[in-house]
Amino acid sequence: MEPLSNRRKNVTQKEMTLSERMYLPAIAQGLGITIKHFFKKKATINYPEETRQRSDVWRGLHVLKRDENGAERCTACGLCAVACPAEAITMTAGERKKGEEHLYREEKYAVTYEVNMLRCIFCGLCEEACPKAAIFLQDDKLAPARYEREEFIYGKDRLVEPLKTTETK
Amino acid sequence: MDSVVLIYKGIYILAIFGISLLIATYSTYFERKIAAFIQDRVGPNRAGPMGLLQPLADAGKLFFKEEFIPAKANKVLFILGPGIAMLVAAMTSAVIPFGDTLILGETSFDLIAIDVNIGILYIFGVVSLGVYGLMIGGWASNNKFSLLGAIRAASQNISYELAMGLSLIAVLMLSGSLSLKVIAEQQTGFNWNIWYQPLGFLIFLICAFAETNRTPFDLPESEAELIGGYHTEYSSMKLGMYLFAEYINIFVVSAVMATLYFGAYNFPFMENLRNAFDDPVLGNNVVTIIGVGVMFAKIFAFIFFFMWVRWTLPRFRYDQLMKLGWNILIPLAILNILLTGGGILLYEYFTKG
Repeated sequence: MEPLSNRRKNVTQKEMTLSERMYLPAIAQGLGITIKHFFKKKATINYPEETRQRSDVWRGLHVLKRDENGAERCTACGLCAVACPAEAITMTAGERKKGEEHLYREEKYAVTYEVNMLRCIFCGLCEEACPKAAIFLQDDKLAPARYEREEFIYGKDRLVEPLKTTETK
Repeated sequence: MDSVVLIYKGIYILAIFGISLLIATYSTYFERKIAAFIQDRVGPNRAGPMGLLQPLADAGKLFFKEEFIPAKANKVLFILGPGIAMLVAAMTSAVIPFGDTLILGETSFDLIAIDVNIGILYIFGVVSLGVYGLMIGGWASNNKFSLLGAIRAASQNISYELAMGLSLIAVLMLSGSLSLKVIAEQQTGFNWNIWYQPLGFLIFLICAFAETNRTPFDLPESEAELIGGYHTEYSSMKLGMYLFAEYINIFVVSAVMATLYFGAYNFPFMENLRNAFDDPVLGNNVVTIIGVGVMFAKIFAFIFFFMWVRWTLPRFRYDQLMKLGWNILIPLAILNILLTGGGILLYEYFTKG
Protein backbone atom coordinates (compact mmCIF):
# COMPACT_ATOMS: atom_id res chain seq x y z
CA MET A 1 0.00 0.00 0.00
CA GLU A 2 1.26 3.46 -0.87
CA PRO A 3 2.04 5.37 2.33
CA LEU A 4 0.22 8.62 2.91
CA SER A 5 3.05 10.54 4.47
CA ASN A 6 5.70 9.74 1.85
CA ARG A 7 8.18 9.38 4.68
CA ARG A 8 8.69 5.65 4.39
CA LYS A 9 12.31 4.71 3.91
CA ASN A 10 13.61 1.56 2.32
CA VAL A 11 16.20 0.05 4.63
CA THR A 12 19.06 -1.67 2.90
CA GLN A 13 22.04 -3.45 4.35
CA LYS A 14 24.93 -2.00 2.42
CA GLU A 15 28.35 -3.57 2.42
CA MET A 16 30.69 -1.46 4.55
CA THR A 17 33.45 0.41 2.79
CA LEU A 18 37.08 -0.18 3.74
CA SER A 19 37.31 2.94 5.88
CA GLU A 20 34.13 1.92 7.66
CA ARG A 21 35.50 -1.56 8.27
CA MET A 22 38.68 -0.14 9.74
CA TYR A 23 36.53 1.50 12.45
CA LEU A 24 39.35 3.90 13.30
CA PRO A 25 37.74 7.03 11.76
CA ALA A 26 34.55 6.24 13.62
CA ILE A 27 36.47 5.68 16.85
CA ALA A 28 38.28 8.99 16.41
CA GLN A 29 34.94 10.68 15.86
CA GLY A 30 33.56 9.09 19.01
CA LEU A 31 36.62 10.17 21.02
CA GLY A 32 36.06 13.68 19.71
CA ILE A 33 32.50 13.68 20.95
CA THR A 34 33.44 12.46 24.41
CA ILE A 35 36.30 14.95 24.81
CA LYS A 36 33.91 17.73 23.83
CA HIS A 37 31.67 16.67 26.71
CA PHE A 38 34.72 16.51 28.98
CA PHE A 39 35.16 20.27 28.71
CA LYS A 40 31.47 21.12 28.65
CA LYS A 41 29.70 22.89 31.47
CA LYS A 42 28.46 20.32 33.95
CA ALA A 43 24.77 19.78 34.49
CA THR A 44 25.16 18.91 38.17
CA ILE A 45 23.68 21.11 40.88
CA ASN A 46 25.62 20.62 44.14
CA TYR A 47 22.42 20.21 46.10
CA PRO A 48 22.83 21.27 49.69
CA GLU A 49 25.04 24.22 48.68
CA GLU A 50 23.12 25.19 45.57
CA THR A 51 19.45 24.71 44.92
CA ARG A 52 17.60 24.70 41.67
CA GLN A 53 15.60 27.83 40.96
CA ARG A 54 12.00 27.02 41.92
CA SER A 55 8.84 28.25 40.30
CA ASP A 56 7.07 31.23 41.91
CA VAL A 57 3.99 29.13 42.54
CA TRP A 58 5.95 26.29 44.11
CA ARG A 59 4.10 24.81 47.08
CA GLY A 60 6.56 23.87 49.80
CA LEU A 61 6.47 23.82 53.59
CA HIS A 62 3.48 25.37 55.37
CA VAL A 63 3.69 28.53 57.42
CA LEU A 64 1.14 30.06 59.81
CA LYS A 65 1.29 33.78 59.24
CA ARG A 66 1.10 36.59 61.77
CA ASP A 67 -0.56 39.92 61.11
CA GLU A 68 1.25 43.26 60.97
CA ASN A 69 1.24 43.50 64.82
CA GLY A 70 2.73 40.07 65.26
CA ALA A 71 -0.50 38.35 66.36
CA GLU A 72 -1.37 34.96 64.92
CA ARG A 73 -3.99 35.19 62.22
CA CYS A 74 -5.35 31.66 62.57
CA THR A 75 -8.74 31.48 64.22
CA ALA A 76 -9.04 27.69 64.28
CA CYS A 77 -12.13 27.62 62.09
CA GLY A 78 -11.11 24.23 60.68
CA LEU A 79 -11.86 25.07 57.05
CA CYS A 80 -8.34 24.02 56.07
CA ALA A 81 -8.79 20.67 57.77
CA VAL A 82 -12.09 20.20 55.97
CA ALA A 83 -10.58 21.20 52.66
CA CYS A 84 -7.56 18.95 53.06
CA PRO A 85 -7.98 15.94 50.75
CA ALA A 86 -5.25 14.02 52.54
CA GLU A 87 -6.56 14.59 56.07
CA ALA A 88 -3.22 15.93 57.13
CA ILE A 89 -4.35 18.84 59.29
CA THR A 90 -5.70 18.67 62.86
CA MET A 91 -6.20 21.41 65.40
CA THR A 92 -7.82 22.20 68.73
CA ALA A 93 -9.47 25.55 69.29
CA GLY A 94 -9.25 27.67 72.42
CA GLU A 95 -10.65 30.98 73.67
CA ARG A 96 -8.46 34.00 73.90
CA LYS A 97 -7.97 35.23 77.51
CA LYS A 98 -7.73 38.82 78.53
CA GLY A 99 -4.27 40.23 77.98
CA GLU A 100 -3.49 37.94 75.06
CA GLU A 101 -4.67 40.34 72.38
CA HIS A 102 -1.16 40.89 71.18
CA LEU A 103 -0.73 37.13 70.65
CA TYR A 104 -3.92 36.19 68.81
CA ARG A 105 -5.87 38.44 66.48
CA GLU A 106 -9.30 36.81 66.89
CA GLU A 107 -11.12 35.77 70.05
CA LYS A 108 -10.78 32.12 69.09
CA TYR A 109 -7.37 30.70 68.30
CA ALA A 110 -5.63 27.38 67.61
CA VAL A 111 -4.18 25.91 70.79
CA THR A 112 -2.57 23.15 68.78
CA TYR A 113 -2.21 23.00 65.03
CA GLU A 114 -0.57 20.00 63.45
CA VAL A 115 0.25 19.13 59.84
CA ASN A 116 1.41 15.61 59.11
CA MET A 117 3.97 16.07 56.37
CA LEU A 118 3.82 12.39 55.46
CA ARG A 119 0.12 12.70 54.66
CA CYS A 120 0.26 16.13 53.10
CA ILE A 121 0.25 16.17 49.30
CA PHE A 122 1.13 19.87 49.08
CA CYS A 123 -1.94 20.59 46.95
CA GLY A 124 -2.48 24.04 48.45
CA LEU A 125 -6.22 23.63 49.11
CA CYS A 126 -5.74 24.70 52.74
CA GLU A 127 -4.25 27.93 51.48
CA GLU A 128 -7.30 28.48 49.28
CA ALA A 129 -9.79 27.57 51.98
CA CYS A 130 -8.36 29.85 54.66
CA PRO A 131 -10.64 32.90 55.21
CA LYS A 132 -8.08 34.70 57.38
CA ALA A 133 -5.09 34.40 55.04
CA ALA A 134 -3.31 32.53 57.83
CA ILE A 135 -1.82 29.46 56.19
CA PHE A 136 0.46 29.55 53.18
CA LEU A 137 2.76 27.12 51.42
CA GLN A 138 6.19 28.68 51.11
CA ASP A 139 8.08 28.61 47.83
CA ASP A 140 11.55 28.38 49.37
CA LYS A 141 11.31 25.68 52.02
CA LEU A 142 10.82 21.92 51.89
CA ALA A 143 9.90 19.37 54.51
CA PRO A 144 13.33 17.74 54.98
CA ALA A 145 13.96 14.01 55.35
CA ARG A 146 13.94 12.68 58.89
CA TYR A 147 14.55 9.40 60.67
CA GLU A 148 11.35 9.12 62.75
CA ARG A 149 7.76 9.23 61.60
CA GLU A 150 6.81 11.32 64.63
CA GLU A 151 9.15 14.04 63.52
CA PHE A 152 7.07 14.59 60.40
CA ILE A 153 4.12 15.86 62.45
CA TYR A 154 4.77 19.59 62.48
CA GLY A 155 3.24 21.43 65.43
CA LYS A 156 2.83 25.12 66.00
CA ASP A 157 6.44 25.39 67.14
CA ARG A 158 7.62 24.67 63.63
CA LEU A 159 4.70 26.11 61.66
CA VAL A 160 4.10 29.57 63.08
CA GLU A 161 6.08 32.30 61.40
CA PRO A 162 8.80 33.57 63.73
CA LEU A 163 8.23 36.99 65.25
CA LYS A 164 9.78 39.75 63.22
CA THR A 165 11.69 42.04 65.50
CA THR A 166 12.90 45.44 64.45
CA GLU A 167 16.50 44.24 64.60
CA THR A 168 16.09 41.46 62.10
CA LYS A 169 13.82 43.21 59.69
CA MET B 1 78.49 -3.36 43.69
CA ASP B 2 79.41 -1.12 46.58
CA SER B 3 77.13 -0.34 49.47
CA VAL B 4 76.17 3.16 48.22
CA VAL B 5 74.74 1.72 45.03
CA LEU B 6 73.01 -1.04 46.97
CA ILE B 7 71.34 1.40 49.36
CA TYR B 8 70.42 3.67 46.46
CA LYS B 9 68.84 0.78 44.57
CA GLY B 10 66.87 -0.24 47.63
CA ILE B 11 65.53 3.26 48.11
CA TYR B 12 64.81 3.62 44.41
CA ILE B 13 62.90 0.33 44.24
CA LEU B 14 60.85 1.31 47.29
CA ALA B 15 60.13 4.70 45.73
CA ILE B 16 59.02 3.20 42.44
CA PHE B 17 56.85 0.68 44.29
CA GLY B 18 55.31 3.49 46.32
CA ILE B 19 54.76 5.64 43.24
CA SER B 20 53.08 2.86 41.32
CA LEU B 21 50.80 2.15 44.29
CA LEU B 22 50.02 5.85 44.64
CA ILE B 23 49.26 6.20 40.94
CA ALA B 24 47.06 3.11 41.04
CA THR B 25 45.19 4.53 44.04
CA TYR B 26 44.59 7.84 42.39
CA SER B 27 43.72 6.19 39.08
CA THR B 28 40.52 5.02 40.74
CA TYR B 29 39.74 8.61 41.66
CA PHE B 30 40.58 9.97 38.24
CA GLU B 31 38.67 7.16 36.55
CA ARG B 32 35.53 8.27 38.35
CA LYS B 33 36.27 11.93 37.83
CA ILE B 34 36.94 11.53 34.08
CA ALA B 35 33.90 9.33 33.68
CA ALA B 36 31.83 11.99 35.37
CA PHE B 37 33.27 14.80 33.27
CA ILE B 38 32.65 12.93 30.04
CA GLN B 39 29.07 12.32 31.15
CA ASP B 40 28.56 16.01 32.08
CA ARG B 41 28.66 15.32 35.81
CA VAL B 42 31.13 16.55 38.43
CA GLY B 43 32.07 13.22 40.01
CA PRO B 44 33.18 12.54 43.59
CA ASN B 45 33.63 15.88 45.39
CA ARG B 46 32.65 15.26 49.00
CA ALA B 47 35.68 13.57 50.61
CA GLY B 48 38.25 16.29 51.05
CA PRO B 49 38.84 19.20 48.68
CA MET B 50 37.54 18.24 45.23
CA GLY B 51 37.06 14.72 46.56
CA LEU B 52 40.80 14.11 46.67
CA LEU B 53 40.50 11.87 49.75
CA GLN B 54 38.03 9.60 47.95
CA PRO B 55 40.61 6.80 47.35
CA LEU B 56 41.31 6.67 51.10
CA ALA B 57 37.60 6.47 51.83
CA ASP B 58 37.20 3.71 49.23
CA ALA B 59 40.12 1.73 50.65
CA GLY B 60 38.73 2.14 54.15
CA LYS B 61 35.36 0.90 52.98
CA LEU B 62 36.93 -2.12 51.27
CA PHE B 63 38.89 -3.03 54.42
CA PHE B 64 35.78 -2.98 56.60
CA LYS B 65 33.63 -5.06 54.27
CA GLU B 66 32.86 -8.67 54.99
CA GLU B 67 35.65 -11.03 53.98
CA PHE B 68 33.53 -13.60 52.18
CA ILE B 69 34.74 -16.98 50.95
CA PRO B 70 32.12 -19.20 49.28
CA ALA B 71 31.53 -22.56 50.98
CA LYS B 72 32.38 -24.62 47.89
CA ALA B 73 35.40 -22.53 46.93
CA ASN B 74 38.96 -23.78 47.06
CA LYS B 75 40.18 -21.66 49.95
CA VAL B 76 43.91 -21.71 49.23
CA LEU B 77 43.54 -20.81 45.57
CA PHE B 78 40.79 -18.33 46.35
CA ILE B 79 43.17 -16.34 48.52
CA LEU B 80 46.14 -16.93 46.22
CA GLY B 81 44.39 -15.46 43.14
CA PRO B 82 44.33 -11.76 44.05
CA GLY B 83 47.75 -12.14 45.67
CA ILE B 84 49.30 -13.33 42.42
CA ALA B 85 47.53 -10.63 40.43
CA MET B 86 48.88 -7.96 42.77
CA LEU B 87 52.40 -9.39 43.04
CA VAL B 88 52.82 -9.73 39.30
CA ALA B 89 51.48 -6.26 38.63
CA ALA B 90 53.86 -4.70 41.15
CA MET B 91 56.89 -6.59 39.77
CA THR B 92 56.75 -5.23 36.24
CA SER B 93 57.81 -1.66 36.91
CA ALA B 94 61.33 -2.80 37.92
CA VAL B 95 62.93 -2.54 34.48
CA ILE B 96 61.32 0.66 33.23
CA PRO B 97 63.70 3.62 32.93
CA PHE B 98 61.94 6.57 34.51
CA GLY B 99 64.85 8.88 33.84
CA ASP B 100 68.42 9.24 32.62
CA THR B 101 71.42 9.35 34.96
CA LEU B 102 71.64 11.69 37.90
CA ILE B 103 75.19 12.78 38.83
CA LEU B 104 75.73 13.60 42.52
CA GLY B 105 79.33 14.30 43.45
CA GLU B 106 81.51 11.41 42.26
CA THR B 107 78.84 8.80 41.63
CA SER B 108 76.21 8.70 38.93
CA PHE B 109 72.83 7.13 39.59
CA ASP B 110 70.79 5.46 36.88
CA LEU B 111 67.10 6.17 37.35
CA ILE B 112 66.14 2.57 36.66
CA ALA B 113 65.65 -0.12 39.24
CA ILE B 114 67.25 -3.06 37.46
CA ASP B 115 69.01 -2.54 34.15
CA VAL B 116 68.75 -6.03 32.70
CA ASN B 117 69.64 -6.42 29.04
CA ILE B 118 66.41 -8.32 28.36
CA GLY B 119 64.14 -5.74 29.98
CA ILE B 120 61.26 -5.92 27.56
CA LEU B 121 61.35 -9.72 27.61
CA TYR B 122 61.14 -9.59 31.41
CA ILE B 123 58.06 -7.37 31.20
CA PHE B 124 56.40 -9.70 28.75
CA GLY B 125 57.20 -12.72 30.85
CA VAL B 126 55.89 -11.20 34.05
CA VAL B 127 52.80 -9.63 32.47
CA SER B 128 51.79 -12.93 30.93
CA LEU B 129 51.95 -14.45 34.42
CA GLY B 130 49.30 -11.93 35.41
CA VAL B 131 46.60 -13.99 33.76
CA TYR B 132 47.25 -16.73 36.36
CA GLY B 133 45.87 -14.42 39.01
CA LEU B 134 42.59 -14.06 37.12
CA MET B 135 42.55 -17.71 36.09
CA ILE B 136 43.13 -19.06 39.61
CA GLY B 137 40.66 -16.61 41.13
CA GLY B 138 37.97 -17.50 38.62
CA TRP B 139 38.56 -21.23 38.99
CA ALA B 140 38.70 -21.22 42.78
CA SER B 141 35.41 -19.31 43.07
CA ASN B 142 33.62 -22.46 41.89
CA ASN B 143 31.05 -20.41 40.06
CA LYS B 144 29.94 -20.56 36.44
CA PHE B 145 30.23 -16.85 35.84
CA SER B 146 33.65 -16.60 37.44
CA LEU B 147 34.89 -19.55 35.42
CA LEU B 148 33.55 -18.06 32.20
CA GLY B 149 35.29 -14.80 33.01
CA ALA B 150 38.54 -16.59 33.76
CA ILE B 151 38.36 -18.56 30.50
CA ARG B 152 37.77 -15.36 28.59
CA ALA B 153 40.65 -13.65 30.36
CA ALA B 154 43.03 -16.49 29.56
CA SER B 155 42.08 -16.83 25.89
CA GLN B 156 42.05 -13.09 25.34
CA ASN B 157 45.44 -12.54 26.92
CA ILE B 158 47.02 -15.37 24.95
CA SER B 159 45.54 -14.14 21.66
CA TYR B 160 46.60 -10.55 22.09
CA GLU B 161 50.02 -11.28 23.52
CA LEU B 162 50.94 -12.76 20.13
CA ALA B 163 50.07 -9.63 18.20
CA MET B 164 51.71 -7.51 20.89
CA GLY B 165 54.94 -9.45 20.67
CA LEU B 166 54.94 -9.32 16.88
CA SER B 167 54.39 -5.56 16.82
CA LEU B 168 57.22 -5.25 19.32
CA ILE B 169 59.63 -7.16 17.07
CA ALA B 170 59.58 -4.27 14.60
CA VAL B 171 60.75 -1.91 17.35
CA LEU B 172 63.46 -4.34 18.36
CA MET B 173 64.61 -4.51 14.73
CA LEU B 174 65.14 -0.76 14.85
CA SER B 175 66.82 -0.68 18.24
CA GLY B 176 68.78 -3.90 18.05
CA SER B 177 68.48 -4.31 21.81
CA LEU B 178 66.01 -5.74 24.30
CA SER B 179 67.10 -3.41 27.06
CA LEU B 180 64.56 -0.70 27.73
CA LYS B 181 67.35 1.65 28.77
CA VAL B 182 69.08 1.29 25.40
CA ILE B 183 65.79 1.71 23.55
CA ALA B 184 65.11 4.87 25.55
CA GLU B 185 68.60 6.27 24.92
CA GLN B 186 68.27 5.77 21.17
CA GLN B 187 65.26 8.07 21.01
CA THR B 188 67.09 11.25 22.05
CA GLY B 189 65.41 14.56 21.42
CA PHE B 190 62.46 14.21 19.13
CA ASN B 191 63.73 11.07 17.40
CA TRP B 192 60.91 8.96 18.80
CA ASN B 193 60.01 5.49 17.54
CA ILE B 194 56.44 6.52 16.84
CA TRP B 195 57.62 8.30 13.66
CA TYR B 196 59.03 5.01 12.34
CA GLN B 197 56.41 2.68 13.78
CA PRO B 198 52.93 4.25 13.57
CA LEU B 199 51.28 0.98 12.58
CA GLY B 200 53.26 -0.96 15.16
CA PHE B 201 52.23 1.51 17.82
CA LEU B 202 48.58 1.21 16.86
CA ILE B 203 48.72 -2.57 17.14
CA PHE B 204 50.61 -2.34 20.43
CA LEU B 205 48.07 0.13 21.78
CA ILE B 206 45.11 -2.06 20.91
CA CYS B 207 46.83 -5.09 22.42
CA ALA B 208 47.68 -3.08 25.53
CA PHE B 209 43.99 -2.42 26.01
CA ALA B 210 43.30 -6.12 25.67
CA GLU B 211 46.15 -7.09 28.01
CA THR B 212 44.94 -4.83 30.79
CA ASN B 213 41.31 -5.99 30.37
CA ARG B 214 40.13 -2.46 29.69
CA THR B 215 37.09 -1.47 27.67
CA PRO B 216 36.49 -2.26 24.83
CA PHE B 217 38.19 -5.54 25.76
CA ASP B 218 36.86 -5.94 29.30
CA LEU B 219 35.07 -9.18 28.53
CA PRO B 220 36.56 -11.08 31.49
CA GLU B 221 34.81 -8.80 33.94
CA SER B 222 31.84 -7.69 31.90
CA GLU B 223 29.34 -6.74 34.56
CA ALA B 224 26.34 -6.99 32.26
CA GLU B 225 26.78 -10.60 31.19
CA LEU B 226 29.03 -12.12 33.83
CA ILE B 227 28.19 -10.11 36.95
CA GLY B 228 31.81 -9.09 37.32
CA GLY B 229 33.42 -12.16 35.73
CA TYR B 230 36.35 -13.63 37.62
CA HIS B 231 35.80 -11.39 40.67
CA THR B 232 32.08 -12.12 41.09
CA GLU B 233 32.64 -13.96 44.37
CA TYR B 234 35.27 -11.62 45.75
CA SER B 235 34.60 -9.02 48.37
CA SER B 236 36.51 -6.76 50.71
CA MET B 237 40.20 -6.11 50.06
CA LYS B 238 40.60 -9.22 47.88
CA LEU B 239 38.37 -7.50 45.36
CA GLY B 240 40.35 -4.34 46.02
CA MET B 241 43.55 -6.20 45.14
CA TYR B 242 42.14 -7.24 41.77
CA LEU B 243 41.04 -3.71 40.97
CA PHE B 244 44.35 -2.36 42.22
CA ALA B 245 46.31 -4.81 40.08
CA GLU B 246 44.37 -3.68 37.04
CA TYR B 247 45.31 -0.06 37.64
CA ILE B 248 48.97 -0.90 38.28
CA ASN B 249 48.93 -2.82 35.00
CA ILE B 250 47.58 0.24 33.23
CA PHE B 251 50.37 2.31 34.74
CA VAL B 252 53.03 -0.18 33.69
CA VAL B 253 51.69 -0.63 30.19
CA SER B 254 51.51 3.15 29.80
CA ALA B 255 55.12 3.38 30.91
CA VAL B 256 56.13 0.66 28.45
CA MET B 257 54.33 2.40 25.59
CA ALA B 258 55.92 5.72 26.51
CA THR B 259 59.34 4.05 26.60
CA LEU B 260 59.02 2.04 23.41
CA TYR B 261 57.27 4.52 21.15
CA PHE B 262 57.23 7.98 22.72
CA GLY B 263 60.87 8.41 23.64
CA ALA B 264 60.63 7.68 27.38
CA TYR B 265 62.27 10.61 29.21
CA ASN B 266 63.44 12.32 26.02
CA PHE B 267 61.93 15.61 24.98
CA PRO B 268 62.58 17.96 22.06
CA PHE B 269 65.56 20.35 22.32
CA MET B 270 66.97 18.50 25.32
CA GLU B 271 70.50 18.71 23.85
CA ASN B 272 70.23 22.48 23.43
CA LEU B 273 69.13 22.76 27.04
CA ARG B 274 71.98 20.53 28.19
CA ASN B 275 74.54 22.65 26.31
CA ALA B 276 73.05 25.89 27.61
CA PHE B 277 74.62 25.21 31.01
CA ASP B 278 78.32 25.88 31.49
CA ASP B 279 78.66 23.11 34.04
CA PRO B 280 78.05 19.79 32.24
CA VAL B 281 77.08 18.04 35.49
CA LEU B 282 74.45 20.66 36.29
CA GLY B 283 73.15 20.59 32.71
CA ASN B 284 72.90 16.81 32.84
CA ASN B 285 71.03 16.88 36.15
CA VAL B 286 68.58 19.54 35.01
CA VAL B 287 67.83 17.64 31.82
CA THR B 288 67.41 14.41 33.79
CA ILE B 289 64.99 15.95 36.26
CA ILE B 290 62.91 17.52 33.49
CA GLY B 291 63.11 14.16 31.73
CA VAL B 292 61.56 12.38 34.71
CA GLY B 293 58.73 14.91 34.63
CA VAL B 294 58.32 14.37 30.88
CA MET B 295 58.23 10.60 31.35
CA PHE B 296 55.49 10.87 33.96
CA ALA B 297 53.58 13.36 31.81
CA LYS B 298 53.63 10.82 28.98
CA ILE B 299 52.50 8.06 31.34
CA PHE B 300 49.64 10.18 32.66
CA ALA B 301 48.62 11.09 29.11
CA PHE B 302 48.36 7.38 28.30
CA ILE B 303 46.43 6.65 31.50
CA PHE B 304 44.05 9.44 30.56
CA PHE B 305 43.70 7.95 27.10
CA PHE B 306 42.84 4.56 28.62
CA MET B 307 40.04 6.16 30.64
CA TRP B 308 38.89 8.32 27.77
CA VAL B 309 38.49 5.26 25.55
CA ARG B 310 36.71 3.39 28.32
CA TRP B 311 33.93 5.98 28.38
CA THR B 312 33.71 6.17 24.60
CA LEU B 313 33.64 2.65 23.20
CA PRO B 314 31.25 -0.17 24.00
CA ARG B 315 32.46 -3.71 24.65
CA PHE B 316 33.32 -6.18 21.90
CA ARG B 317 31.39 -9.37 21.40
CA TYR B 318 33.49 -12.43 22.14
CA ASP B 319 33.71 -13.65 18.53
CA GLN B 320 34.51 -10.13 17.31
CA LEU B 321 37.31 -9.96 19.85
CA MET B 322 38.83 -13.20 18.65
CA LYS B 323 38.39 -12.22 15.00
CA LEU B 324 40.11 -8.89 15.58
CA GLY B 325 42.99 -10.53 17.38
CA TRP B 326 43.70 -13.45 15.10
CA ASN B 327 42.44 -12.33 11.69
CA ILE B 328 43.42 -8.69 11.68
CA LEU B 329 46.04 -7.74 14.25
CA ILE B 330 48.42 -10.67 13.80
CA PRO B 331 48.57 -10.39 9.96
CA LEU B 332 48.97 -6.62 10.31
CA ALA B 333 51.79 -7.09 12.80
CA ILE B 334 53.56 -9.50 10.42
CA LEU B 335 53.09 -7.01 7.58
CA ASN B 336 54.58 -4.35 9.85
CA ILE B 337 57.64 -6.52 10.44
CA LEU B 338 58.07 -6.95 6.68
CA LEU B 339 57.68 -3.23 6.05
CA THR B 340 60.16 -2.38 8.79
CA GLY B 341 62.68 -4.90 7.47
CA GLY B 342 62.30 -3.51 3.95
CA GLY B 343 62.64 0.01 5.27
CA ILE B 344 65.82 -0.79 7.15
CA LEU B 345 67.32 -2.48 4.08
CA LEU B 346 66.44 0.48 1.85
CA TYR B 347 67.88 2.93 4.38
CA GLU B 348 71.13 1.03 4.60
CA TYR B 349 71.30 0.68 0.80
CA PHE B 350 70.98 4.43 0.26
CA THR B 351 73.11 5.66 3.16
CA LYS B 352 75.93 3.13 3.25
CA GLY B 353 75.76 1.80 -0.29
